[in-house]
Amino acid sequence: MKQFLSFLQKEFYHIFRDLRTTLIMIVIPIVLVVLFGYAITTEIKNARFVVLDQSRDVTTRHLIDRLDANAYFDFYKQVENFDEIETLFRQNKIKMAVVFPPDFSKNREIKTEIQLLADASDPNESTVLIEYATSIFQSELRRNSDFTSVGIVPVVRLLYNPQMKDAYNFVPGVMGMILILICSLMTSVGIVREKEYGSMEVLLVSPLKSVYIILAKATPYLLISFVNILLILGLSYFLLDVPIVGSLWVVIFLSLVYALVALSLGLLISTIANTQQSAMLICGMALMLPVILLSGMIFPIENMPWILQVLSNLIPARWYIVALRDVMIKGLGIIDILPELTILLLMTFFLILLSVKRFKTRLE
Amino acid sequence: MYVIEAEKLTKRFGNFTAVDQISFEVSEGEIFGFLGANGAGKTTAMRILCGLSKPTSGKVRVAGFDIYKQTEQVKQHIGYMSQKFSLYGDLKVWENIRLFGGIYGLSEVQLKEKTDRILGLLDMEDKRDALVDSLPLGWKQKLAFSVAIVHEPRIVFLDEPTGGVDPVTRRQFWELIYQAARRGITIFVTTHYMDEAEYCDRVSIMVDGRIEALDTPLELKRKFCVENMNDVFYSLARKAQRGE
Repeated sequence: MKQFLSFLQKEFYHIFRDLRTTLIMIVIPIVLVVLFGYAITTEIKNARFVVLDQSRDVTTRHLIDRLDANAYFDFYKQVENFDEIETLFRQNKIKMAVVFPPDFSKNREIKTEIQLLADASDPNESTVLIEYATSIFQSELRRNSDFTSVGIVPVVRLLYNPQMKDAYNFVPGVMGMILILICSLMTSVGIVREKEYGSMEVLLVSPLKSVYIILAKATPYLLISFVNILLILGLSYFLLDVPIVGSLWVVIFLSLVYALVALSLGLLISTIANTQQSAMLICGMALMLPVILLSGMIFPIENMPWILQVLSNLIPARWYIVALRDVMIKGLGIIDILPELTILLLMTFFLILLSVKRFKTRLE
Repeated sequence: MYVIEAEKLTKRFGNFTAVDQISFEVSEGEIFGFLGANGAGKTTAMRILCGLSKPTSGKVRVAGFDIYKQTEQVKQHIGYMSQKFSLYGDLKVWENIRLFGGIYGLSEVQLKEKTDRILGLLDMEDKRDALVDSLPLGWKQKLAFSVAIVHEPRIVFLDEPTGGVDPVTRRQFWELIYQAARRGITIFVTTHYMDEAEYCDRVSIMVDGRIEALDTPLELKRKFCVENMNDVFYSLARKAQRGE
């Protein structure tokens, strides 16, 4: 025990003497949350649109007002013809154009069409705009009693995140990323550094048990991750208005389990890599990229080709993000996320088993 | 009484025989020089004696314990100082002493006493709170040696301890080695400096994985009819078949 404490103390010296790295570990989560929260966003606000109103009656007037009143859209101006629309699109003055056919209100019983034009050079944005405008028009036309006869109109209601806020999606994602970054990267670099400097040999000659070395390496980073978990949760709760509907304790427990997976991944990497650079490279390529691309944080897993869907099962972050969303946003309890927790714990078990095996044989 | 006994110690990596059936004994309190050109197999042999590597065959006892079965006991009784790593540079001098003392299970009282004694011996009391990185290389090496024997081991293994150190500091370093040997600590040292080989009680010279000569420096010089250890080493090492 005394051995372990001596060694643990040394690890803390390393971390606190290297203030720059420690600060980075604390600052990165803040930067990421703020970046994702304010700068990188797929939400659209104040998209300008023009109207080519060939009918100019009460209904079209009303529809334009409704669209303008919405926070997504800003009315730019009325135009006279399609050429003008085209010019405005080319000048990047507008994001969308609405075209009402002549005699819009009179013809509605036969067949009426509203044409929506959007700039598809940014496909994501144009899709969102069109969908949103369509739903506004639909609900408006439905409310207008004259239009009740027109077919079946789907009623869409978004559960749990009615405003489609991005923050609900990326906060769990950022947590998944940060914990991997700190636990895996820092732990593996910390252990590999001892190999690189040659101090690992001295430690292995000493009676210090290798379990102690590993535990002492992992403990400080587990603590820092804990600080980060609280920091990210606090920021997203107070700054980005992301609710924590479920139990905070379950969220923290889940995150710590995930941090354990990340630590054991770092451990495994440290048995593979021989230099700090290669450890960083492996963490970047083999951990960060899959977490960003395959975890469902940015791209929905359901839309991936089946082979990537299978692969995504191997990404711990995938299970963590799903479970975290369940607890944080939907308010589910620990019973409901048991499958994810089990998978994460099994991953930890296997990773540690594998690394301990490798840790011993690599002496040769 | 022998503290190291090796009998037909062999280490193979695939078809390559790094250490080829070497046998030797080292007595208590002896300064044993372990010489050989690069690639002769001395580092491999030393790693086996320290328990860092398992031998392919042969019998080895270190500090009276079997290297195969009693690794933990062996570890308690040996010290090790590698050329590559001396101490943790971002730790202070006293923190390094405490760390390694702690790893070897020294008590709080012993740690305090040891720290004072080492700092006094090295004339470094005013450097107690200095970061090791800020010390000159020679000081680091002397401190590293003192730390390697902080737990009073029966044997200390030194892997080219004076690499890159100036002659004056080397001289001081060897003073430390003599002091330790006088206290009964056996010194097992590899070096490339032939003047240092002269300081050893006995010297073994490895060529291509085998021990080609083992005797006191005086006897070796007489046997090879040469003036100094440099010529002894040269006449043996040039027979080497394998390179680096």
